[in-house]
Amino acid sequence: MGLRSESHQLLSKIATNDKHGENSPYFDGWKAYDIDPFHLTQNPNGVIQMGLAENQLSSDLIEEWIKKNPEASICTPEGVKAFKDIANFQDYHGLPEFRNAVAEFMGRVRGGRVKFDPNRIVMGGGATGANELLVFCLADPGDAFLVPTPYYPAFDRDLRWRTGVQILPITCNSSNNFKITVEALEEAYKSATESNINVKGLIITNPSNPLGTTLDKDTLKQLVTFVTQKNIHLVCDEIYSATIFRSPRFVSIAEVVQEVDCCNLDLIHIVYSLSKDLGLPGFRVGIVYSYNDQVVSCGRKMSSFGLVSSQTQHLLALMLSDEDFVGRFLGESSKRLAKRYTIFTEGLKQVGISCLNGNAGLFFWMDLRPLLKEPTFEAEMELWRVIINDVKLNVSPGSSFHHTEPGWFRVCFANMDDLTMETALRRIRTFVNQKKGGDVVSVKNKRWQKNLRLSFSARIYDDGIMSPHMSPHSPMPHSPLVRAQN
Amino acid sequence: MGFISSDHNNEQLLSKIATNNGHGENSPYFDGWKAYDSDPYHSAQNPNGVIQMGLAENELCFDLIQKWVANNPKASICTAEGANEFKDIAIYQDYHGLPEFRQGVAKFMGKVRGDRVMFDPDRIVMSGGATGAHEMLAFCLADPGDAFLVPTPYYPGFDRDLRWRTGTQIVPVVCESCTNFKLTKEALETAFQKATEAKIRVKGLLITNPSNPLGTVLDRDTLKTIVRFTNDKNIHLVSDEIYAATVFNKPGFISIAEIIEEETYCNRDLIHIVYSLSKDLGFPGFRVGIVYSYNDQVTLCARKMSSFGLVSTQTQHLIGSLLSDDIFTEKFIAESADRLAKRHEIFTKGLAQVGIGSLESNAGLFFWMDLRRLLKESTIKAEMALWQLIIHEVKLNVSPGSSFHCSEPGWFRVCFANMDDDTVKIALRRIRNFVLQSKGLDQGPAKRQCWQSKLQVSLSFRRLDDFVMAPHMMSPHSPISSPLVRARN
Repeated sequence: MGLRSESHQLLSKIATNDKHGENSPYFDGWKAYDIDPFHLTQNPNGVIQMGLAENQLSSDLIEEWIKKNPEASICTPEGVKAFKDIANFQDYHGLPEFRNAVAEFMGRVRGGRVKFDPNRIVMGGGATGANELLVFCLADPGDAFLVPTPYYPAFDRDLRWRTGVQILPITCNSSNNFKITVEALEEAYKSATESNINVKGLIITNPSNPLGTTLDKDTLKQLVTFVTQKNIHLVCDEIYSATIFRSPRFVSIAEVVQEVDCCNLDLIHIVYSLSKDLGLPGFRVGIVYSYNDQVVSCGRKMSSFGLVSSQTQHLLALMLSDEDFVGRFLGESSKRLAKRYTIFTEGLKQVGISCLNGNAGLFFWMDLRPLLKEPTFEAEMELWRVIINDVKLNVSPGSSFHHTEPGWFRVCFANMDDLTMETALRRIRTFVNQKKGGDVVSVKNKRWQKNLRLSFSARIYDDGIMSPHMSPHSPMPHSPLVRAQN
Repeated sequence: MGFISSDHNNEQLLSKIATNNGHGENSPYFDGWKAYDSDPYHSAQNPNGVIQMGLAENELCFDLIQKWVANNPKASICTAEGANEFKDIAIYQDYHGLPEFRQGVAKFMGKVRGDRVMFDPDRIVMSGGATGAHEMLAFCLADPGDAFLVPTPYYPGFDRDLRWRTGTQIVPVVCESCTNFKLTKEALETAFQKATEAKIRVKGLLITNPSNPLGTVLDRDTLKTIVRFTNDKNIHLVSDEIYAATVFNKPGFISIAEIIEEETYCNRDLIHIVYSLSKDLGFPGFRVGIVYSYNDQVTLCARKMSSFGLVSTQTQHLIGSLLSDDIFTEKFIAESADRLAKRHEIFTKGLAQVGIGSLESNAGLFFWMDLRRLLKESTIKAEMALWQLIIHEVKLNVSPGSSFHCSEPGWFRVCFANMDDDTVKIALRRIRNFVLQSKGLDQGPAKRQCWQSKLQVSLSFRRLDDFVMAPHMMSPHSPISSPLVRARN
């Protein structure tokens, strides 16, 4: 065959470096889930997936629409006459009806406060491809983008792997209320410039993954002012824009640029996708919307590397231009997300766990700092392993998002049915109670041990790696949920 | 609101990639497209428009596909029968791809090769069309500045796909008409040496088999020579086999997959296949690109990279069903070959009758037409002049050989599978008329008057008088004594 070392030289540097990001410990949670996935009936003690930001709450609405609109498909009797033309359509401009519908939808999501030009809609291979495409257009190898932390882990791959571009993190944490401050931006910019690093832009995700919060108008205005002064790009990843479920309402960069004087539109770009808002990640619908004509033109040419399947363009063109459906979907989806968010965060509050006050996203940002042995990332990873292996929940540790304070975890809640949700919540609450109760004297432990009906997963605690002073078998005395179990 | 910055400022604002010409669209090749776009032929609405013969699309067998789709509603996630799968399919984003999709594609690839080889579904990696597949492989196999050897003439899109965002180079391996464009060991060695002397590191050889634009397949000896060459040099061999199922005549198709079974000495870590459903099935819109590598590390890496261009699961689901239907695929492959053969024959025979030859071919969606005799002189400039004539006067968008980096002027690629039968007749008539009139230009002025009054000239030729012609060229209105023209008088 070939010698391993020869094989190594045979391939490119890109192929043999780590920048695909999959060697990070972050993937351990996935592996644990993959070998022991929860199933309500077939594997009720398996790992529940709470590390995947998917939106499965409103797929029934989409299915209902599909059934009522057979002509949207090129495979139904009603739609098959379009099969040939659609299968043959490979123009990188995309189907006009698709671009029109996406532009309409983006406007609706922003409450009609802005209009989007269908001619600026450029396709990408999912948001993954869209982000990479934009970086290829805006930056050369070695250039850098400022990215506020905590941020979506795969940016490390999407923005850097094949492009050769760097990421300079801008720290946001609880000490500054997770705000992106101009001071932090200026400092990072200065530091980069002094190291001869060419900063080409700032990339923000709004609503934020993993925080689940939106940026206020003032902050956005400050960011626009900052990039204009420095003549660098502002890329706004707005892929969670339709997951807002309570106030404050979403303010898009598209609205802000309408209001700010002296804003250089050539610097403003939006990344969008239907993976989160509509729950269609399999369809790979990535969108680049740039206010810079040259970027649109170049981006469009590059989109050849990751166009959206015309079959899918055709389906979505009809779906997203159905105003009634869109209105109903957006309203209902928000409601369901709000409900889930409330159930989880209230349920955790009751056991003394707080979460960042969020208003968007498919997840919440959980504060487990009180449960850390010490405020270090080692302690965070240890706690995380316990949560995966013993509590059997795959949640995502803050460090995987490059967060600078140990103890925060992102918990996804929109990718499961109600029963699974209840199970997950019960497991977290039980775990938290037991962790907290671990500080109580061992006599109490023994008494609780006999009386308490433990969830199966807790029994494993005896075998699990726990620090000596804790026992999992002593719950908080005041929790109604635990009492009810006795 | 905002102000638009100057172009100069914009240049610095954007990347080098964004502001260079690596996308390839400034090539004169695109003039034909623009002419077509501004004046597209339509049998009823624009019968004098430009007929598109520059697009290698396969539209001959959609009836078979549509029939299958109508009979297999479960293949769609939108039909009443299939909608129960909608949710699971829409949410599935695993870059391994749906198992049924990979199995269907692997099976189909085997069928297309007469089941002489089997493909492992676990080596099937998705990409954004063949466009994405080529770029992905270049990213995996080469660093910026490295080069791939590519035999000429080759598909113009390679300039963009292999080089634009990757920073790799192409070193052409010249193939000439005197040897029927055969890929020789000498040509390979020459190209390799040239690169080495220029201190360019060659990482691989990219072959397209069946060939675009030639429409020919590589014979066993040539394939063995190629494998021996790449193996000796320890460089990669990428075989683009996207026209594999368009082989319509003997000799049959021999895939690199078959050769490596025979040439057991060869290092399989160097062998990779690019495939797609755009040509064989006529589905360019579905963006189904495939990278099939015999190198485990490349498979792993490419799979991670495929995140940038996965196939829509809606499409994976449909294709998986379609290609697992053995009865359908066998019938399709046979019928498609049959229809391509017929089209190919109509055109090549029709042109032979007016003295225009083409390279003998047995595959592809096009033929390689020889118009060297119609050139004023054997230069690219003359080829381009002839081409402008063909676009603007004959109203056919064919592709000049120079756009395929052909080393000899006068060759044109003519696509024939993207039109209906009536358009075929009109296209053929236009070419034949043009050829006859061009040939008649060599005749003396006296004869010209005689024919001029009697001959019914098609509308498009009246304008030739206005066209810029070299002085020694004659009026177009004097035909050769062709049976076709005689019949019209």
